Parts: sequence; structure tokens; C-alpha cells
Amino acid sequence: MIPGPFAYHRPTSVKEAVGLLGSLGEDARALAGGHSLIPMMKLRLASPAHLIDLAGVADLKGIREDGRDVVIGAMTTQHELIESDLLAKKIPILRETSLLIADPQVRYVGTIGGNVANGDPGNDMPAVMMCLNAMYHAVGKSGERRIAARDFYQGAYFTALEPGEIVTAIRVPAPAAGHGYAYEKLKRKVGDYATAAAAVLLTMSGGKVAGCSIGLTNVAETPLWAEEAEKILVGSTLDAATVKKAVTAAEAITSPASDGRGPAAYRTKMAGVMLTRALGRAKERAGA
Amino acid sequence: MAKSQVSMIVNGKKVEELVEPRTLLIHFLREQLHLTGPHIGCDTSHCGACTVDLDGKSVKSCTVFTVQANGADIRTIEGMAAADGTLHVLQDAFREMHGLQCGFCTPGMITRAYRLLEENKNPTEDEIRVGISGNLCRCTGYQNIVKAIQYAAAKISGVPFQEAAE
Repeated sequence: MIPGPFAYHRPTSVKEAVGLLGSLGEDARALAGGHSLIPMMKLRLASPAHLIDLAGVADLKGIREDGRDVVIGAMTTQHELIESDLLAKKIPILRETSLLIADPQVRYVGTIGGNVANGDPGNDMPAVMMCLNAMYHAVGKSGERRIAARDFYQGAYFTALEPGEIVTAIRVPAPAAGHGYAYEKLKRKVGDYATAAAAVLLTMSGGKVAGCSIGLTNVAETPLWAEEAEKILVGSTLDAATVKKAVTAAEAITSPASDGRGPAAYRTKMAGVMLTRALGRAKERAGA
Repeated sequence: MAKSQVSMIVNGKKVEELVEPRTLLIHFLREQLHLTGPHIGCDTSHCGACTVDLDGKSVKSCTVFTVQANGADIRTIEGMAAADGTLHVLQDAFREMHGLQCGFCTPGMITRAYRLLEENKNPTEDEIRVGISGNLCRCTGYQNIVKAIQYAAAKISGVPFQEAAE
């Protein structure tokens, strides 16, 4: 398959990239790792006249601490997330999630910025970022703003990003030391999108849930933040009855499509199963 | 569309060519450089038959534009054997352990296994299986592919190869 023709641009700064996006308008697309966009271009589902490759922008790379937050450059690859000692220590759910994305070759190239900004409900990082209450740094011609992951996703491939804006970094508040975490993903095979997946962060205190955060992947047009389920769990010992109630609340906000991964009702149930498993595993990992 | 000049190292040799920006790396390698070792299998970034080593990463060359690889150092299956034709330890291992049946996936399997062993000299069977999970063998000959990679790893480390009990 051969994509449509385009002009290739390789800016070396965010300013230059945003300038190009602004001046070239709707016919231009930013290119990160390209493992969503290039397949779309090969199928001619996308045919931008201009591609602005962000690979030459050094400022978009790297993982650093900034106070309590960890700031991850948008062009950081999944492979780099997996290899990062800082993330393994501070935000281990990102490593666990990255290892469940696609396959090794794709992870060498696929970026966290592309994963969160594309708006594909099948991508794994968006629900994890909602769970972590991350902020996205977006830069456009009128400067930088920060958008909460929880406010970012509006529909399939439809996000709060304005035309001409790019996500430059993801700012993740490091969860409390001793927190439990899990990302549970049901998929048919390596490289598949989730039939359903659940991200959980948990802090326990005296055997009870002190804090809990939940995100769900690929069971609606957008990733989901299961706020109601969280409220049900806080204060509980994660006893079976309370977990069941929370799972019911989480299932209630799903609206998956029926597709090759299964009928909608099945995918909703699997979201519940993934959440139950993630809660169990997060609890095992959480310090008392 | 105007062509762009690209310059890169392919299998140790400097290459300078003109390409359309939309030219995928797999098409460039196969049709312009006549390196037909990397195969087009699925053409949808699933099967891994087009895998090449690019700046120390295994990538699916069907999902990379040639212009993105400008300045890169690339190795394909053609660059694995020594100049005198001596097979790379992995190539030898695939032959010894019958790590191929039809052979279509083999160039991708070997280039991927090369990077895997560069990163992890002594992988467990599980690590090998995860490591090649982006490469499909439709003969389903995975057992011997894994064995070949274990054999190569043992050779590289200079330890005797011990076949796991079936």
C-alpha cells in the first residue's frame, strides 16, 4: 500500500513545528512515531498534504522530575518508558501498561505523545493518564496551556486539542509511595487493542482504601474515568460486596461497540472483570 | 511531488538517494537498493517480516517513511553474514535448529533476534517469546525458532547449548 503524496517537514524546535502547523493549516499533520498515522495514510483514510515530523525536536524527548511531578516528553517512546528507572520507581503502572502496547518493534517507535493525543479509544495510555490525573502540555500559536487528561477526550479521535496545537509533554503527579497499581488488559493476541482494560491506583491505610483511581480503556468512544466506582471503594476494605457494587457502577458508564472483539454486553462485562482483577492486584501491591 | 535527498548507512555502506517523501522504507530497500531480504508480509505493521535494525532498534520498515530514516544506520538480513560469506551465528543457528520452514518470516525473525540478543545476551524462553512477539510465522514453527535463538545465545556466551526437555 502506498500513501498519497505529501511534503515532508522536519522542524528542530517546538516553535518551528507549531509555526508550520499554523501556516500550513488543515492540510498538515504532526507525525510522532507514526504507527497510527502511517497505517491510516497507507489505507488512504488520511492523506495530509504536509507531514511535520517531530522527531528532530530535541525538547520533546526525555523524562524528568519536576517537584512532585514526572514530566515525560511527548516524543518519548514506549520502549523508553519501559527502560526508565525513574518511572519504574515512581510510576510503575506506566511500565506495566507500555509492555501491553502492541509489540516490541512498535514500542521502539510508538510515542507516549502520539498515544495520548491521537484520541483513539483503543489506545491504552489515555485511560491510564485519566487514572493518574495527568496534565497534557499543549503548545499552539498562542502559547502553552495545560489540559487535564480527564477533560481531554471528547469523542473518538476528537480531543480538546485546538487546530495547530501539539502535545509537547505529559505531566504526571507521582502517586504516593507505597501505592498499589495494576493495568489489566484483555486482548485476543499480541498487538491487539483491548477488548476491555482497566487501570487502578490504590492507597491503603489501616486495611482500608484511602485513595483509589480508576480508568477504563476501549469500552466507549473515549477512555473513561470511573469516578463513581472510586467513591464507592474509598473507605472500604475491598470486601467482595463493595467491589461488586463498584464494578457495577463502572460497568454502567461503558458503552462499547459490538465488533470483532465481542458483543457490547460481553465487553462491558469484561471491563468489570478487568477492574476486579486490577483491584485485586493493586491491593496485593499496596503497602498497608 | 519533489523528491528529497536522503543519506544513510545500509549494511555498513553509505547510500545517497533521491526519494519521494511517501516512499516507505521497505519499498526503498527492496525496489531502490534491491535488498529483497526484508519481506512485505501483511503490509499493516503486524507480521514483522519487514523488520530491519535501525539505529539500534528493531523497526517494521513498512511503517516508516524513508525520509524519517535520513541519517540512520540500518542493517537488513543481507548485512548479517560476514563479508567472506560466513554466516552470522543466528543464521547458523536457524539452519542447525531448523528454525525455518517456508522461510518467509526468517529475515524478520533473525534481524529481530539480533537486536534481542544485543540487549539481552542470555534471555529466558519467555523473554525470547515476548521478544519475537511482533514477528509472525504462519508455518507456526515457533518452537524451533525459539530453540534457534537459544542456540545462538549459548554460542555467543560460549556455553554448551542444552535443549530443554519437551
